[in-house]
Parts: sequence; structure tokens; C-alpha cells
Amino acid sequence: MKWETVIGLEIHAQLSTKSKIFSGSATAYGAPPNAQANLVDLGYPGVLPVLNGEAVRMAVKFGLAIGARIARQSVFARKNYFYPDLPKGYQISQYELPVVGNGAIEVVLDDGTRKRIGVTRAHLEEDAGKSLHEGLPGVSGIDLNRAGTPLIEIVSEPDMRSAKEAIAYMKKVHTLVRYLEICDGNMQEGSFRCDANVSVREQGAEKFGTRAEIKNLNSFRFVEKAIHYEVARQIELIESGGKVVQETRLYDPDKGETRPMRSKEEANDYRYFPDPDLLPLEVTESFIEGVRAQLPELPDQKAARFASEYGLSGYDAGVLTASRELADYYEEVARAVPGEAKLAANWVMGELSAALNKENLDVTAGKLPAQALAGLLRRIADQTISGKIAKEVFEAMWASGAPADAVIQEKGLRQITDSAAIGQAIDAVMAKNPEQLAQYRGGKDKLFGFFVGQVMKATQGKANPAQLNELLKKKLAG
Amino acid sequence: MTIHTQSVSQLSEGLRRKAFSSLELTKLFLERIEASQSVLNALITITREQALESARAADRKRAAGDAAPLTGVPIVHKDIFCTEAVRTTCGSRMLENFVSPYDATVVARLKAAGTVMLGKANMDEFAMGSSNETSWFGAVRNPWNTDLVPGGSSGGSAVTVAARLAPAATATDTGGSIRQPAALCGVTGVKPTYGRVSRYGMIAFASSLDQGGIIAATAQDAALLLQAMAGFDPNDSTSVDLPVPDYASGLDAPLAGLKIGLLKEFFDKGLDPQNERRIREALAVYEKLGATLREVSLPNLPLSVAAYYVVAPAECSSNLARFDGVRFGYRCENPKDLTDLYKRSRGEGFGAEVKRRIMTGTYVLSAGYYDAYYLKAQKVRQLIAADFVRAFNEVDVLIGPTTPTPAFPIGAKTSDPITMYLNDIYTIGANLAGLPAMSIPCGFVEGLPVGLQIVAPQFGEQRMLNVAHLFQRETDWHTKIPEAYK
Repeated sequence: MKWETVIGLEIHAQLSTKSKIFSGSATAYGAPPNAQANLVDLGYPGVLPVLNGEAVRMAVKFGLAIGARIARQSVFARKNYFYPDLPKGYQISQYELPVVGNGAIEVVLDDGTRKRIGVTRAHLEEDAGKSLHEGLPGVSGIDLNRAGTPLIEIVSEPDMRSAKEAIAYMKKVHTLVRYLEICDGNMQEGSFRCDANVSVREQGAEKFGTRAEIKNLNSFRFVEKAIHYEVARQIELIESGGKVVQETRLYDPDKGETRPMRSKEEANDYRYFPDPDLLPLEVTESFIEGVRAQLPELPDQKAARFASEYGLSGYDAGVLTASRELADYYEEVARAVPGEAKLAANWVMGELSAALNKENLDVTAGKLPAQALAGLLRRIADQTISGKIAKEVFEAMWASGAPADAVIQEKGLRQITDSAAIGQAIDAVMAKNPEQLAQYRGGKDKLFGFFVGQVMKATQGKANPAQLNELLKKKLAG
Repeated sequence: MTIHTQSVSQLSEGLRRKAFSSLELTKLFLERIEASQSVLNALITITREQALESARAADRKRAAGDAAPLTGVPIVHKDIFCTEAVRTTCGSRMLENFVSPYDATVVARLKAAGTVMLGKANMDEFAMGSSNETSWFGAVRNPWNTDLVPGGSSGGSAVTVAARLAPAATATDTGGSIRQPAALCGVTGVKPTYGRVSRYGMIAFASSLDQGGIIAATAQDAALLLQAMAGFDPNDSTSVDLPVPDYASGLDAPLAGLKIGLLKEFFDKGLDPQNERRIREALAVYEKLGATLREVSLPNLPLSVAAYYVVAPAECSSNLARFDGVRFGYRCENPKDLTDLYKRSRGEGFGAEVKRRIMTGTYVLSAGYYDAYYLKAQKVRQLIAADFVRAFNEVDVLIGPTTPTPAFPIGAKTSDPITMYLNDIYTIGANLAGLPAMSIPCGFVEGLPVGLQIVAPQFGEQRMLNVAHLFQRETDWHTKIPEAYK
């Protein structure tokens, strides 16, 4: 039997506001436990929430970026349950009326096809605190620094049909929130995390299968692995006569498996109701237009512009616009070396990305500024060095931070473009290799490469390849 | 002239004329509190040392020529308002030893206005009750007859003023908790419009209904104190950013032409005939002052008790979830695990009435019941609010009884919560609609005070206080003090 996978994602993105969604506490990561928890965060008797307008602005920004409907009025509700990291005994979230509703995100799959993934809604809510167990034998600690950090929960339609599609969607959302500067996207610190709803159904079936919700997915790799595991588990279960139960499962990255988090009998009834401490959130037309005016160029727009303005392929444009920083870097290089946009693209995606990856660096780390790379490309463009030599120069620049011209100068890597000098080198090689010359002239064309190699060797690779080819052909022909 | 029977306005004048100092006043009222405690049990905490200290500071301020009208006037705060460095119990074992790290906005504003806090008034546990019998710190007794309840939940505040243990006390009203005890104790109690007074630092019972207010001897005093309490607070999103009118300046406006609405539903068969007689007599006073009476009907009002006992418990079930034994408040001994900690801390820390309401509230919010109970109650609430709006198109204020009967004996209704809940039948409507309402004394039935309720349109406090004040200019019911406390 053929099975189809159906996936929907709930992405939690922490908004990068300076203070919390309902209190004035700071939201910076890494402070000592409870150093950033005030009376509101601690849920003290008598305290009240006051909405942070910046969080609303960021949520609206996201909504506009995905072409969603922005609710003129939305409502904060209380989600009631007991847990020590939830000080008030309820989480303030949006339930029936979220601020962002009904948008879509387009992803490009590996084969180049495009797919539209629906976004059901995105709502504002507060994060919970954390329970700490390490180094606290016999007790559990509670750190409420994170309690009250603003989140948007982005809920997709069940539109994805494979782990690959899910990853492509998640990466696109990740790119988007960073473009919008509403979330730092740091997955290790939990700023960007995801729950996946996974089900399987017979190929061609209309009804969805029963889904399991997988929690705690804080890396792209885990999402992929968890989905693969879960799909295999469900198929195996059904094929052996079992039934998938609707439940919440936790992904264990150490064992690479998902397992049930709580049984149905223990499932919470959250008793949602509108929070009487907060008035309905009113968003005016002028507020929305103000936010719209601040929207940056979005990834898709930028990719389209790169393709037309710089003559890049759709794929290259997509890679280069995956982050705003990389796109900015590329664009600075491309503008500094007019007419060489494709060369710039190859170098940014090739040598530069490889070098960054190797050292696990980000383009913003400033190890090789855009202008420095442009300096190198300029020398390729004006034929001072060949592409091959350029790689050597790049390595030296990467290691020492020296400008391209200095490296070329110091190492004497300037390309030989003087025809007389190249001619002399060719003559010497021909003189040294009479046997090969005779064979070549006897019809063994393949030996041409041998002569190129010998001349390059003699000139330490500096001979201009095009000139060398032309001259060599002439001279070999006699 | 005795000092303790004077109104806030008179005491303020006396302080200004240096007839007495704040320290003298403070000592006098502290002694009255301490002497009455074993009988009335009106306060949970007496802050003698802090009170004397702030009285001295007030006197220094006055000597320096830097005094405001309320500088040095002693008051009592209901123990639902958080007070920095002083324990705030909310009448519950759960908070028996809870010392708030901050002042409620009401407390901070009255402090800034110069008042001196004498202590914290007893109350029904978490403001849930109509008789002040649910307090973990014991029942409060009615000074007019100590076998009777003072009403609740602000029983301690009402008794404080009735027995002149202080000239005024803050209070809160969720379904009648200011007006009902004010009526049963023969004092003036004002519940402002929802949003007029900040709820920040006022421990929440039912957030959409709770409103802080004041109990005093006269409408004039209430106006003076409300002036200091009211106004927008950035810490309370539901407080309203509207200017606060000068309440005192409108007090004497003539009532000629005032249209008074008599709610048909308030003069029903549940109203004690003797109580009704006092109300009718009061209405005659208003006619004499030039007001006209007209019967109006709020057809949905009879549903108010039912709607209230869905909405209020629902909100309370969520508001009281924070009392879990983890960060503050009562924690059970030796919890064996997290669930045990929750169950026993809450089981032992909360009293029966609080638990009853938490359970009711949890039930009405549960999946499958939400639409039938909570959502329907909210719809009824809107209908009632709309009824009031229609009524106020025809009349300026609504006047009627505050309670169906005068004070009842301690223990008489504790075994039957429904009978107890019906005590708030006339007061709940104003909470559901967010309207300002007050109770003033209008006579006695068999030696027990009867309260007259005045309800005004939203933010109509000025007119409401004016209507109450002119009645008090014509009558002397508000000056009556129980024999033992004269």
C-alpha cells in the first residue's frame, strides 16, 4: 500500500522586544535565574498585565509579510493549567480571535518547484518559564526569566507532504522572521522552535489520518528526523493492524525517537476564556499602514530583483537571499565590481560560503568584508590573476586578512599577459620535449594538455590561460 | 464636640485649624479599634507603629505648610489591597503570612494624599461572601447588634465606619460587597464605575466585576476620598483614561427636575415590607426636593444573580490558580510530589466558600459546558447592560433598596449558599453593567439600619454623589451611631 504523509507545523517565534509582553522586565537571554522576573512575571497577588505595543507591531509586521488578514479586533484569552513554570496558573494567549489570520508562504523545493503553504493563523502569547533540574538534587528549580517573553505562534495548514517540505517551510519562516527583525531565530536558545502535527493516509484518500503532535523540536535536523521516525511508526502501526491515537509525543534527540508525553486521560481541559484583565486588542488602519511602510524588502521580492537585476538563476537568487545578511553582503560585492554579478554570486556561494561553514562563522562575523572580496574579484575581472590563482589569493586573504592586491604583489602572482614572455616559455618547453612535439605533430592531439601543463608549470601558473592556448596552438602547429 | 464622630471633612478642617494633631487623631482611633476588636473583630491587622509614624510625618508636613485636605486623616484599608511591608491576607489562611512587596495603586494614591493607615479591615475570604463569615480570621459583628452579621464582603470596612473606628475605609465591590454591608451597618458606601478606580494591587476575585471604592459616614466624605483614589492607572489596562471631575464641587447642585427611576424589579415580593416603607419615605424626601419619580423596568434584571454566579466563579477559578504553594502564600507540610503540593496547599489554604466557587467556575468553563454557561451568562450580561442603557434614556438615576432585608443573625444563612447569594439580588446588576452605585442610610427597621441604593449611568459619580448628599442634607440617618460607639 502507498502512504501519503500529511504535516502541519506550529512554529513558536520569540519576538525580539526589549521587554516582556505584559510586563517591563527585560527579555535578554542568559541572565542568572529569576533576575529578569518582576512581580507581574511572578504572578503576585494583585498585579495586572499591560500589553507591550511593540509585540503587537511585530506580529502585524509578520502578518503583512505573509499577506494575511490583520484582525481589527483580537482577543487575549487565558489558557488554564497548573504547572510550576506557569506562575499565574494560566497562560495569556489568543484563542478564538488571533491578531493574524489566513496568509500563505511560498517555498521552493529541491527540484525547483514552488509550493504554497497556507498559514491558518498567527497569534500573540506569552512564553512560560523553565524548570531546572541540573545541579539541584532532590528538588526542581524554577527560572521565570523566560516567563512572559512574547511569542507569535504561527500555525500552518496541513499542507506539507514530506519532511523535506516541512523543512523548506520552516526555513522560509525562519528567514522571514529574521528579515523582518522580529525574532533572532536562535534555535539553540529556543527563540525559534516548532511542534509538528504528523499523520499518514492512503495515497488518494480524502480524509486525513489521525495525527500525533510532536513537541520540542528545536532544530531543522530534529524536525526532519522526528517526522521520518513518526511516519515510519504510524505506517508500521497501521499495517500491523493497529490504530494511531491522537496524542502529544515528545521527540528524544538522543534516541532519535518520539514517545507519548501524556495519555488522553491526563489531557488538560484548558478552559479558555477571554482574559478580563485585558481589553480587546484594537488595531487601526493607520497603525497597519504605518507598519506596512516599515516593511523591508522581503526574501521573495529580493530574489526576484536579484534574478532580474544581476542576471542570476532562480536557484542562485534563492540561495543568496536566504538571509538578509548574506543578501546584503552579496549585493555589496556585486555593486563594487560592476558587470561581474555572476562571478560575485559564484564566489559568495562557493569559496566564501565554504570557508565560513568550515569555521562555523556567519557572514556578519566580518572575517572577510564584502569590499575585500570585491578587491579580489576585480583582479579576476581585469585579468591580473586567473580564477585558479584567485583561489590561492583567497586562501591567503582568509588567513591573514590582507587585501587581494597585497597578496598578489607579495607572492608575485600577477598573471603573465605579455605575449612575448608566454611565447618564450612555450619555445623553451617545446625545445625540452622534442619527442612529445613529434607525437603531437604526428596527430596525437591529446598531448595539447600536456604542453599547457608544462608551460603553466614553468610560469608558476601565472600565464594568461586564453593567451597561452592561442599561442601554443599556433606554435605547436609549426 | 466629640472628635471620633466627626466626618472626614470636619476632621480635615480640625487639622487645618490645629484643633488637634494627626497624632492625637491617630491615637484616638487606634484606641477605639483596639478596644472594639474582641467584640467586633473589624480588623485583621492593626498597624499601630506605622500609623503613629505616618501621623507624625503628617503633622510635620502640616507644620511646614505643606498639607493637603487629607493630610493626617486616619483611614483603614480593606485587606484585599496590597500594602507594602504590611501583611495582606485577603481574609484567607492562604495569605495569612503574605507580606506584599508593593502598594496597590489605591493605597499609594491615598498615601500620597496624606492619609494615615491604621490597619487592614477584615473581609470575607477573597471577597467571597455576603456576611463576613467566611473570613479565616473570624466573623465580623454588626455594631448595631453583635448577634448579627455586618454584611460582606467589606464587612470590616463597614463596621469600622459604623462604629467610628476610623472616619473612612476603602472597600471593594464585585456583586454588592461595598453597598450591602454599608446598608446593613448604616453607613455610606460608593462603588464607582468599572474602570474608574485602578484594580492594580487589589487582589482579584472576578476581574470584570471587581471595583474598588470607599465606605464613609457621608456622601461628602466619600466624594473627598474618591477624588484621591480615582483616575487612570497605566498599570491597569481596564482603568479608563477619562478626567476625574471635581466631585465636591457638584454636591450641592439642586435636584429640581431630577428624574428618578424606580426599578419595578427591585420592589418585588422578596423585599421586606418594612424595608420598603423606609425606601418609600426616602423617595418622598426626593419629591420634596423637586425630583420626579417614574417606574422603569429592566426585564432581564431577574437573571442577574444567575449570570453573576456563572461569570464571577469562572473568573475566580482562574484568578485564584496562582495560589499554588510554589512562590508565596500557604504551603502544606512535607509535600510528597508536585500534585500533592498543589492539592494540599490549596485544600488546606482555601475555605469552603472559596472552594465552592472555584469548583463552580471550573465547571462552567469546562469543555462542553462553556457555551451553555459562561457564554450564555455573558450574553445575559450584555442584555442587562442594554436594559440599563435604555432606562437611563428615560431617567437620571435609579433609586431603590440596597438589600431585601436588614442584617440577619450570624450563622443564619451559612448552610444555604443560595439564600446567601440572594442577598445581593439588588446590587449585582450594577456590577454586571459596570455602573456606579452607592448605598446611603435611610432609616431603621426594629433598630437596624436600612440602605437606599442609588445607581447612575457610567461615570455619573458626580450626579450620584450629589443625589446622595442632598438627601443627607435633609435627613440625619447618616449621623446615627450605635449606642456603644457614640
